[in-house]
Amino acid sequence: MKPSLFEYAAPRKLDEAVALLAGDPSAMVLAGGQSLVPALNLRLAAPGRLVDIQHVEGLHALSVANGWISVGAMVRHRTLELSPEVQRANPLIRAAMAHVAHIPIRTRGTVVGSLCHADAAAEMPMLLVLMDGSVVAQGPQGRREIAADAFFQFHLTTARAPDEIVVEARFPVLPPGTGWAFEEFARRRGDYALAAVGALIRRRRGGPHAVALAACGIASRPVRLRLAEKILAENDFSEAALHAAAEAARDSVTAPDDAHATTAYRRHLLAGLLRRAVAAALSRAQ
Amino acid sequence: MSTRSFGARIRRNIDPKLLRGEGSFVDDIPLPSPLHAAFVRSPFARARIRSVDAAAARAHPGVAAVYTCDEIGALDIELPQLIPHPSMTDPRTQRPLARGDVFHVGQPVAMVVAVDRYTAEDAAALVDVDYDPLPVEVDLERAVMDGAPLVHATHPNNVAAHFRQVSGDPARAMAQAEHVTRIRVQVDRSTAAPMECRAVAAMFDAVTGELTVWDGTQAPISVRGALASILGLDEDKVRVVAPDVGGGFGQKVYQFYPDELLVPMAARALGRPVKYIEDRRENFIGSSQERTQIHEIELHARRTGEVIALRDLFLHDTGAFIPYGIAIPQVASTSIAGAYRIPNIEVEFRCVYTPTVPVTPYRGCGRPQATFAIERALDQLAEELGLDRFEVRRRNLVADHEFPLLRSGLLFADGLPVSLDSGQYHRALALLAERLGAAGFAEEQELARGQGRYLGLGLAFYVEGTGLGPYEGGHVRVHPITGKVYVNTGLTSQGQGHDTVFAQIVADQLGVAVEDVIVVEGDTKAFDWGVATFASRAAVVSGNAIHQSAALVRAKAIAAAANMLEVDAEAIDLREGAAWVRGTNRHVSLAAVATATNPLRYAFNEAAKAATQFAPASRHDGPALRPGEHPGLEATDYYSPPCATWAYGVHGGLFEVDPVTCAVKVLRYVCVHDCGTMINPTIVEGQVLGGIAQGFGGALYERIEFDEDGNPINANFVDFLIPYATEVPPVEILHLETPSPLNPLGVKGVGEAGCIPVGAVVASGIEDALRPLGGAPFRHVPITPSMIHAAVAGT
Repeated sequence: MKPSLFEYAAPRKLDEAVALLAGDPSAMVLAGGQSLVPALNLRLAAPGRLVDIQHVEGLHALSVANGWISVGAMVRHRTLELSPEVQRANPLIRAAMAHVAHIPIRTRGTVVGSLCHADAAAEMPMLLVLMDGSVVAQGPQGRREIAADAFFQFHLTTARAPDEIVVEARFPVLPPGTGWAFEEFARRRGDYALAAVGALIRRRRGGPHAVALAACGIASRPVRLRLAEKILAENDFSEAALHAAAEAARDSVTAPDDAHATTAYRRHLLAGLLRRAVAAALSRAQ
Repeated sequence: MSTRSFGARIRRNIDPKLLRGEGSFVDDIPLPSPLHAAFVRSPFARARIRSVDAAAARAHPGVAAVYTCDEIGALDIELPQLIPHPSMTDPRTQRPLARGDVFHVGQPVAMVVAVDRYTAEDAAALVDVDYDPLPVEVDLERAVMDGAPLVHATHPNNVAAHFRQVSGDPARAMAQAEHVTRIRVQVDRSTAAPMECRAVAAMFDAVTGELTVWDGTQAPISVRGALASILGLDEDKVRVVAPDVGGGFGQKVYQFYPDELLVPMAARALGRPVKYIEDRRENFIGSSQERTQIHEIELHARRTGEVIALRDLFLHDTGAFIPYGIAIPQVASTSIAGAYRIPNIEVEFRCVYTPTVPVTPYRGCGRPQATFAIERALDQLAEELGLDRFEVRRRNLVADHEFPLLRSGLLFADGLPVSLDSGQYHRALALLAERLGAAGFAEEQELARGQGRYLGLGLAFYVEGTGLGPYEGGHVRVHPITGKVYVNTGLTSQGQGHDTVFAQIVADQLGVAVEDVIVVEGDTKAFDWGVATFASRAAVVSGNAIHQSAALVRAKAIAAAANMLEVDAEAIDLREGAAWVRGTNRHVSLAAVATATNPLRYAFNEAAKAATQFAPASRHDGPALRPGEHPGLEATDYYSPPCATWAYGVHGGLFEVDPVTCAVKVLRYVCVHDCGTMINPTIVEGQVLGGIAQGFGGALYERIEFDEDGNPINANFVDFLIPYATEVPPVEILHLETPSPLNPLGVKGVGEAGCIPVGAVVASGIEDALRPLGGAPFRHVPITPSMIHAAVAGT
């Protein structure tokens, strides 16, 4: 369980980092190392070069401005989780992050690293999808913003080009009165979710309400539960609507039976978590 | 004895060192420029090897040697079958490096030795092995069917052993039964997952001809025997040391893993130290595992619930080889009647080869499976007869006056008939019921159901034959300079706290502080008579041996002190590290007594002057030592138990099952247990709690998953779920102390106890909680959320 030979680079400037990354097609970006280092040790990843971005200037900033929470590439999970400003702007983030692995891992791992790793059962990608957030990627050709929905393509696969570094993630500030909830079930505390549901609800007089629902752990990427959203938005959260939404959500489960859960169970779980998430979000909505 | 440390809650001597990170594990042993080994392992569960080409690996910079089966000389053999038994036909064991065939994913095919582990792994990837994969069957029940692919062509239906034992007259009793309960239960494969994986380092000294091996093993004396025998060395020239070892749980009592022989061989051949530090993946695919059994158990009862006969047929998965014999199924089959009178028993098992990691004992060793079978069957019997689950047990538990209860015909793992020696089984059950509030639980359950909550109560009894022979020894010596007491024994510690409990035993005998008793284990140079750490035996077997040795030293110390102080032996009191004339201030330190009993020519300190020839106290008119006398305060004695001594206990829990998430929440967990006289209740509780944590692993989380090709698909700590501290509930432990009548200290083993009944308790509790949903029963552990969902959804 030792990595194969690689070159290690620790640039200070972003353009240097991008050039180093572009200079070796097998190069990989190292940030917090919580997923990459185990993969290296297991030789599941064997890059010729590691571009360590922890010393790169300008990647450590966390700010809340103009309706957006901007998370620099080197912001550790724990920093985002514990920020009072972020908590005021978007309390769902802290609630969800309690489920992201364990405190030592959150202390080292980065938010953007988790997004780029793009595990289909991970919480942070699902939050970005739920909130219609985005990432900003810097490559040799310049900078581009990629919407969450376009960014996550498949389990462990994103729209980031091999020579791009994601320098920032953007989560929206929640509009006042938004009800929020996060419900997850994992077999052990801190594990990847067997299924998790995030919910954002803003009631509108006369409807339709603004409803966003997303799930992870159930498909090859985090998904929005569009049909359930629509049913709830248009039917004023009646018991029948809740039931119909939960039933509709079941079909979003495409993960096959695996060592941790059967598809049938995941469907049952997703439906149940959705009902709990909606109830909790409604209780917080004004 | 003015103070008594035996029975006291004394802090573990070893903890400060371990907690400060000053432990010395195999990987911490400083070696002069060592080489590092890595293995090429089979990626196939079953295949023929067409060819092995190691040329590229040998040419790789930094590689010292690459070994295949053609380059290991005397080691190219089937390794020893450790525990012969007539129930096995032509038992198959592993070769250190595969020759011709591979039998499980992870089996070593070649060993690379290089300047560092990185280079060794790089080169291992360059060894080109051409495999011809063969069909496999990993399902235990299908593996014994006609036409199933064979692991070994020599063994039809993959049957490695077949054994039947009978106690009483089951046929006659079954004919008289008024009710028969019949169920099938299954326990899946797990692994010990010690915190420190296995490790071996070796150094050969060409000047002295000595081979020193540091091995994270539970059995250094036996490893030394094998090394000397297979490598053709004098036993005295081989020293095996088990330094600090980070958990064993049985995985490290199995010997000989290929590396344990190949690493010393390479060190000798290459003239440089060599080390092999197993990584976690290798531990999953290369080090032994346990648990898979499928039982079909029948209880033949009277309508009162009294069980008059038991029949159990089961399959035991032994993996690709059977080096440890039938120890596990033998323990399971002889523990099958549990704590119950059941006078007529018929039990039969088949050991089945599967193309998987070999199976050897893991903490519990067949007892969790046997307990799961009998306890689940009793719950079912209660259900069918409309009896309370406590009541059905009351009607069958062995009563206090019935001990010893002999099950003639059932030979336990020590080759002797099962004899439950002592206990207060009924009292234990009553204590559990009381502490758990069992009487009022039905009402609580009903109330909760009204609120849509599903609560359940589960319970399970267990017995554990502990303290198996053949023997262990103890050597106790008072050091003449410091007065500190050194103790040696042949078995080893993997974190249990032996150094503290053995010190307590000695401290009381000699009247010294526990901290002044230094226990050294696991070094064949220090003590090389004995067996190993397994079967919850250290306190029983080594404990009594050390106790006897300490008593001999005590007698010597008293006699010598009486002589020095010119009083009768009866007047001497040993306390505070000295011998005192009772009722006076006259005393002499134990160090001085130790010195005085050693006739000296040279006076190296004040105390020594008294022992020299011309000193007034040195009164003798013949030889300084009379015939039969030995110098110093020192003794060695041995203890060989007459048979296993049976510990027992009963666990119960209150559980809540969430029908939405299918999560199981443990609301309360109570353990009532009896391991005889306790040497140190704190250490006992540590053992019990650790066992219960592993029990929860087996009940709800841990299962080695194989795909249909025999690949282990969760061989890592992300996917193989060991309960975290957050998953292990608070446990209430109640102690009963019924001394064992079989040994002087009255102790019974406790190392494995905690893990044994947990699966049965959890299944019982979940089943009770979900009864109103009309779900299927729970007879298969670990119980996953998907299984709960399937039971409730009826799919």
